[in-house]
Amino acid sequence: MSAIRTVELSKTYSSPEGKVPAVEGLTLEVASGEFFGLLGPNGAGKSTTVGMLTTLVRPSAGRAEVAGIDVSHRPVQVRRNIGVASQADSLDRKLSVADNLEFRGRFLGMTRRVARRRAEALLETFSLVERRNARAHELSGGQVKRLIIARALMHRPQVLFLDEPTAGIDPQTRHNLWDALRALHADGQTILLTTHHMDEAEALCQRAAIIDNGRLLACDTVPTLLTLAGAKTIVTVTYDRSVPSDLEGLRGHPDVSRVDVNGSQVKAHTHDAESLLGDLITAGVNAGLRVRHVMTLRPSLESVFLTLTGREYRE
Amino acid sequence: MTIATGIRLTDTEDTLRSSAPHTFVALLARDLRVLRQDAASFAVRIGLQPVILLFLFTYVLPKIGTGSALSANGSSATFSTILVPGLVASSVLMAGLMAVSQPLMIELSYTNEIEDRLLAPLPTWMFGLQKIVSGALQALIGGAIVFPIAIVLHAPGQAPLLQVESWPLLAIVVLFGSLFSASLGLLAGTVVDPRKTGVLLTVLVMPATLLGCVFYPWSALAPLRWLQILTLFNPLAYFSEGLRASLTSQVPHLPTGSFLTALIVGSAATAAFSVFAFTRKVIS
Repeated sequence: MSAIRTVELSKTYSSPEGKVPAVEGLTLEVASGEFFGLLGPNGAGKSTTVGMLTTLVRPSAGRAEVAGIDVSHRPVQVRRNIGVASQADSLDRKLSVADNLEFRGRFLGMTRRVARRRAEALLETFSLVERRNARAHELSGGQVKRLIIARALMHRPQVLFLDEPTAGIDPQTRHNLWDALRALHADGQTILLTTHHMDEAEALCQRAAIIDNGRLLACDTVPTLLTLAGAKTIVTVTYDRSVPSDLEGLRGHPDVSRVDVNGSQVKAHTHDAESLLGDLITAGVNAGLRVRHVMTLRPSLESVFLTLTGREYRE
Repeated sequence: MTIATGIRLTDTEDTLRSSAPHTFVALLARDLRVLRQDAASFAVRIGLQPVILLFLFTYVLPKIGTGSALSANGSSATFSTILVPGLVASSVLMAGLMAVSQPLMIELSYTNEIEDRLLAPLPTWMFGLQKIVSGALQALIGGAIVFPIAIVLHAPGQAPLLQVESWPLLAIVVLFGSLFSASLGLLAGTVVDPRKTGVLLTVLVMPATLLGCVFYPWSALAPLRWLQILTLFNPLAYFSEGLRASLTSQVPHLPTGSFLTALIVGSAATAAFSVFAFTRKVIS
């Protein structure tokens, strides 16, 4: 069963200047148990898309189902089946940390006793026990992020929506949170992650969609996305002395799209780093050179993202 | 910090009794938990203004000899007797209005706090209705704080003369007065730009409170016919007069049929419209 399915999903806002399309004809499918990334620059339509999937934005056209339930026709039923971990300011600042969890559980139909017990377990899991009586504004950035995720997990949601889960926190906390999210995913949790931090998407997601200006630009597994838009691995080999400019026909190599020779260093762009590396070492040896240093730089989701979405400033 | 990696969340005991009424009650429980935490500041906020007004009108002014002019309103009742229903009505109105509008304005503009409750599994219009019920409850609590103060505080020999003619009438007036105030609060919280709260208070709320038949019965306005008619557009006037009819029926007041119609129809219409506006605002 697919956890999320959208067909030609669109949202148009009315403004004094006329109709402004925020999302146009988005068709997506996220399988149950998948860790899926929704990537795009600011204003690309990510929030509107997630808003529609979480029932807080009404679609203008098209259809969307979450956990097999239509978001337009049965929004209340959808809300029972999702957990939403959004930005920091969505915490209830008038309630303590423990009460934020307890009331989320009670809103979902838990008795006070069950909600408190579950809250305790989550406080334990997310290392928040000592801050149980603190208010949201007294928490550190990392604690806020953990509490937001914990709150979204008060019931076992079929789909967990994560919005920039590690924005603005230190690397230690970030990597710990990533581990926690991977553990959740390993436990079968379907997760939809919205982010514009490409390293995060690359570290966590199995598949991702890149959207911009409300339209889907690409949607595939992360390794496949990495091969898009002509992205190549860059292999750099440094020898012990200057290399001849045509190191054994390197320029005519079928796997090499571009090569730069600079003194003792050869930098080649390729889609098959393994075989090229072997050829470079052999060629060096044949030319009487010794290899001092080898580096391969794989294409990043960031470079793919920038290629697809352009580089002009966003709002 | 390390996060335990074996996050196990499936718990067979947790069969959720998720239903809209359960969620509605849980949302009310959340508001009452917040109110309980702020009990002291709530009591001061609600109680201080009537205390000062009572002190001024029933103690200071009579003591310095200005009070006699105030009680010359065409009836033999003491000024305290006139004032108690009016003060309770205006306090309840303010309590309900503020209980809903103030947090809502902040939640809709500066923070995204409301999102957690919007995601609660109940229709959004019911969440709006819950805000009205919650505000009305807080208005009732406000009334319960102000009422004893209003009875106790008065000048020597100027005790208010209160007599409940009909408990059901009193209950209906108080109930719909509270619902009216909370509905106005939902409307204000939804449509008013929070940066303009000051304007709302000085242009609308303050004149309405001072001119809502708090310090005199409506009939006493006869010499100012234009003001008497203008006052009929003020919800507080019907609430004050309704309480006057229920608590101090010897003082002239509007006919029961007219204030009951105004309170019931007015609160129902305001509630319906404010819930509609709220739903439109939060679900784009």
